[in-house]
Amino acid sequence: MPLPPAITDLEQLKSHPAVARLLAWNPAAVTGVKFDREEMTIYVDRSNIREACALLRDDPASAFNYLSDVTCLDWFPREPRFEVIYHLLSISKKERVRLKVRLDSASPAVESVTSVWPGANYFEREVFDLFGIRFTGHPYLVRLLMPEDWEGHPLRKDYPVEGYR
Amino acid sequence: MAHLSPTPVLEPAQDRTMILNMGPQHPSTHGVLRVLLEIDGETVVRIMPDIGFLHTGIEKTCEAKFYQQVVPLTDRIDYLCPMTNNLCYVLAVEKLLGLQIPPKAQWMRVMMNELTRINSHLVWLGTHALDIGAMTVFLYCFREREEILKLFEAISGQRMMTSYFRIGGLALEPPLDFFDRVRHFAGYFPDKVDEYENLLTGNPIWGMRTKGVARMTAEDAIALSASGPTLRGSGVDFDLRRDMPYSGYENFKFKVPIAQEGDVFARYMCRVRELRESIGIVKQALEGMPEGPIKADAPGVVLPDREKMKTQMEALIYHFKIITEGFAIPPGEVYQAVESPRGEMGYYVVSDGTAKPYRVHMRAACLANLQTLPTMCTGGLIADVVAAIGSIDIVLGEIDR
Repeated sequence: MPLPPAITDLEQLKSHPAVARLLAWNPAAVTGVKFDREEMTIYVDRSNIREACALLRDDPASAFNYLSDVTCLDWFPREPRFEVIYHLLSISKKERVRLKVRLDSASPAVESVTSVWPGANYFEREVFDLFGIRFTGHPYLVRLLMPEDWEGHPLRKDYPVEGYR
Repeated sequence: MAHLSPTPVLEPAQDRTMILNMGPQHPSTHGVLRVLLEIDGETVVRIMPDIGFLHTGIEKTCEAKFYQQVVPLTDRIDYLCPMTNNLCYVLAVEKLLGLQIPPKAQWMRVMMNELTRINSHLVWLGTHALDIGAMTVFLYCFREREEILKLFEAISGQRMMTSYFRIGGLALEPPLDFFDRVRHFAGYFPDKVDEYENLLTGNPIWGMRTKGVARMTAEDAIALSASGPTLRGSGVDFDLRRDMPYSGYENFKFKVPIAQEGDVFARYMCRVRELRESIGIVKQALEGMPEGPIKADAPGVVLPDREKMKTQMEALIYHFKIITEGFAIPPGEVYQAVESPRGEMGYYVVSDGTAKPYRVHMRAACLANLQTLPTMCTGGLIADVVAAIGSIDIVLGEIDR
């Protein structure tokens, strides 16, 4: 069974409650959308991510009140190099949405969402540990899994899989 | 060796408090969890979990493997529920491929998944009761768990690291008497749950150690991304099997046990009731097991049967190509979540169009659940920390990956 092609046109997807809510708040915050394999992705401008998360959490129409996961992707050597990914879940509507923030390698930093969901604490620490993304406003941004004196960030693509660095 | 130094450093905030180190080698931390406690007499003022002792870099390893080679790695993440991890990963890859799975494989997956849940809950119940001081339950639980491990061995050849689910279906047909053995187990298991409950549920000592201990409200549980029985024990009615069904769970009838109190006893009751619901699902799967193939008809993805390889040239070629080159997946990304015994287990798989995953990320339910520990334990007694750790049912292999 062939996969249907991904939809990336904002006009077709602006009726989605999360997209509609973000566009109504600040059209510049949404830098792109993608609907692929029945999953919704919204690209959010890096300066708006914390407020966008708070909006979606409190908005009764979308009610994405639960943060499932925070992770990161490294597209080395492409720029912008990093994508920080937030998987949001609505417990009442039983829906998911994925928010993405693109970061360049010169300043891989983004505002922490720990003030919106305290549960983002460990997820963001893990991303900091393994990718070296700085989360500004995080209460305790230290390595989570690797030893404290470890050099480098293992999940970056320029970090070798084998051998000691 | 940096972990030998007492970091993260916690300094006593007042003269009357002291720092107590618990773990990583402590029998009630279920592996290698280290907990730093600031205590005032017997009261916990601050608590800070320290993890990472079991970090093996599985996510990085996955990026160097073919898609089908990742399946055995997923067993080793949460070694108490290997089939749930297998299921979550293969569902994610099947979603990336757009692959349809035959009904018999789906039902087998549900049945094995529920046996895995019982297996995992039995280890939890035994060790949790042992932590609080009830030795007998541990022996009883491991007696029944042994039967499940024998079933796993019969179907996959392995007791713990099963790797039984494959992309596109199952590894093998179940052996001839397998369903009879499962039926026998499902027949007597509810009586065994009664036995555990007779020992614990009405026991006044058990009640004193668990009721009103390590409370957490529903708001806190949601804000801290807790899931599974840790979330449902606080009164949030959410279960991925029922609310966002996968792998044919919409065909099964079962209740989602919840409890309102949010204490250790509530989480205990949720899991014990889940044992009964799970065995009910296993019985339904046995009764309605469809006939048919156990693998999808996707020659470039699913390994051919051995018999066909000996007689058909195409099957031999496909086998050779899958083993040596893997199979490419169209670029894209999926997030697939399943309800593991501990909560929301999620796999985020990204494909860049090659035969190896660009990124595999596991959303560990335990990692998020562990964050609830400070909320539960602050202001409580030291002895209750052990009860709280047991009640969130952590597996350090999943937390550290």
